[in-house]
Amino acid sequence: MLPRFLPVQRRIRETADVLSLIAEPPEGEKLPVFLPGQFNMLYAFGVGEVPISISGDPGERGRLVHTIRDVGAVSHALLQLKRNEPLGIRGPFGKPWPLDQARGADILLIAGGIGLAPLRPVIYHLLAQRHSYGRIALLYGARSPADLLYHRELERWRRVPDFQVRVTVDHAGRDWLGDVGVVTRLLPKINLDPADTVVMLCGPEIMIRFSTQALLDMGMNTQQLYVSMERNMQCATGSCGHCQFGPHFICKDGPVFRYDRVEALLKRDEI
Amino acid sequence: METESAFPVVIAEKALHTLVCALQKAGYRVIGPILRDQAIVYDELDSVADLPQGWTDEQQPGSYRLKKRTDQALFGYTVGPHSWKKFLHPPHLRLWSVSRSGNEVRFSHDKTPIQKYAFLGVRSCELHAMAIQDKVFLQAGHEDAGYHQRRNDSFIIALNCGEAGGTCFCTSMKTGPQATSGFDLALTELLSADRHEFLVEISSQIGANLMHDVASREASAEDLATAANILARTAENMGRHLDTKGLKERLQDNPEHPRWDEVAARCLGCSNCTMVCPTCFCTSVEDTADLAGETAERWRRWDSCFNSEFSYIHGGSIRSSVKSRYRQWLTHKLAHWIDQFGSSGCVGCGRCISWCPTGIDITEEAAAIGSTAPPPEDTS
Repeated sequence: MLPRFLPVQRRIRETADVLSLIAEPPEGEKLPVFLPGQFNMLYAFGVGEVPISISGDPGERGRLVHTIRDVGAVSHALLQLKRNEPLGIRGPFGKPWPLDQARGADILLIAGGIGLAPLRPVIYHLLAQRHSYGRIALLYGARSPADLLYHRELERWRRVPDFQVRVTVDHAGRDWLGDVGVVTRLLPKINLDPADTVVMLCGPEIMIRFSTQALLDMGMNTQQLYVSMERNMQCATGSCGHCQFGPHFICKDGPVFRYDRVEALLKRDEI
Repeated sequence: METESAFPVVIAEKALHTLVCALQKAGYRVIGPILRDQAIVYDELDSVADLPQGWTDEQQPGSYRLKKRTDQALFGYTVGPHSWKKFLHPPHLRLWSVSRSGNEVRFSHDKTPIQKYAFLGVRSCELHAMAIQDKVFLQAGHEDAGYHQRRNDSFIIALNCGEAGGTCFCTSMKTGPQATSGFDLALTELLSADRHEFLVEISSQIGANLMHDVASREASAEDLATAANILARTAENMGRHLDTKGLKERLQDNPEHPRWDEVAARCLGCSNCTMVCPTCFCTSVEDTADLAGETAERWRRWDSCFNSEFSYIHGGSIRSSVKSRYRQWLTHKLAHWIDQFGSSGCVGCGRCISWCPTGIDITEEAAAIGSTAPPPEDTS
């Protein structure tokens, strides 16, 4: 499957090592529809290809947004792309967040670090179709205040009535007036009906392990929780073998899984 | 492959030459077993004379040795280190190339003509392995077009095994020794002091057309009985056995069984087992560019879950221990594969046993894991 090349239109610096790249198709060409939680394979010319979740608004059809952290050779090369330079894209791939099944329920989003990026399309969707869902909440944890993504939007979301937004950081200076500590400590501060809440989690596996345990302790069951997983991916179509997680191919059976399908696997090391 | 069946026929040993010539004339590259580097490997045949006539192999865990036979059998051996996947799913393949001029990017089309293969001497376990790889590469919506074409264009001459190797266990996996589907022609070598012939089953129209040019006679009841006896004897002489009952659950339910540590102490993580396995399909892609950054290519090469970089994501490898890699391979092959593709990923060919430098035996490991409950945790 060949990548399609789209020119980069804008680069938005999010933090010291994270940028969002906005690509737009040429006049008259369309972008494929994507669902929140899906990802694309992004190709930097001659350097390589990596899976990156789509972080833009699913309702906005004219542009494609990816938020990328500079962690290796390919992501570094992608972040060097200048305006109008070609970005290779294959996708979208993977199973999305369960937004249809979650209609009518309270929604809790728990994000850690760059894990907010695949949840941002969910937030856009929830805010656009606010009447279809119950109470909504976002718990977001980052290493430090300087590592928080989407600053301005976070501020905007905080002001949305009936959208509970809580942010915490692992460590902060004196100028930080918000919460400090792990995201699970924010759970008692939000107002949701645990019996009728769908939770979507994305972040480091250690965060997922502790958060899911805290949610189960609150009386939720494993079928209310959805997690997005990350593994090495090369083909994105279930034939290169790299992303296997027990019986699952994360690229096509995931990246979003209902928690009961991966719970036992997440509790083992090196699966 | 069309499924027109015709009555089995018998051809003389010499007539095999006519068949190979007919395939070559029809534009096929004929691939079959040849003797090279002290092993029987698969490569292009110029003629039937290239077959390792009069040779056999002796296989045991970590051991593969060629020996002279006392007869002139053309197929008197079992499977060697190669499998047909190296032709259908090539070890190193360019997927595409692209050039760039400023911000304009253009793909260049590969004009290499497609090569049609005729495979001579495909064992039943190997036919099953091909069918298993079909499920990986021909998934609806994600079809590997190159694989599809190579597979569709291939002409397959199966071979009913007249010998079982020391590491064979196809009867356990229900994949042999008799070739039952997925071939154009199937041969059984009928060899005794006074005869050297082949029983030929014809199961496709292309196969039937090719056989028009080959001198043959209708098979007698006696010929069929002889062939059936050969297969029965082969089935009785399997060097290995694997009890598959409940195996999937035993493996999936025992990720912390102490046997994983034991086998990890013997496993070198060398990836030989995955390279010789006829169903292992894992690959990595390599993106390259010229120095000027104007042209780039994507290549795909075989990779292995035994390599630590295989599971690399930023920050490190997910499976950094050999134990976790062996567990991944074995559990995938014999258990997860069933969830993913509807069948075991093992066809019982025994290659991974023979070609393991430390002689790790998949049947022994699978039997050990979960056959007895792991020892209770120390609660003192």
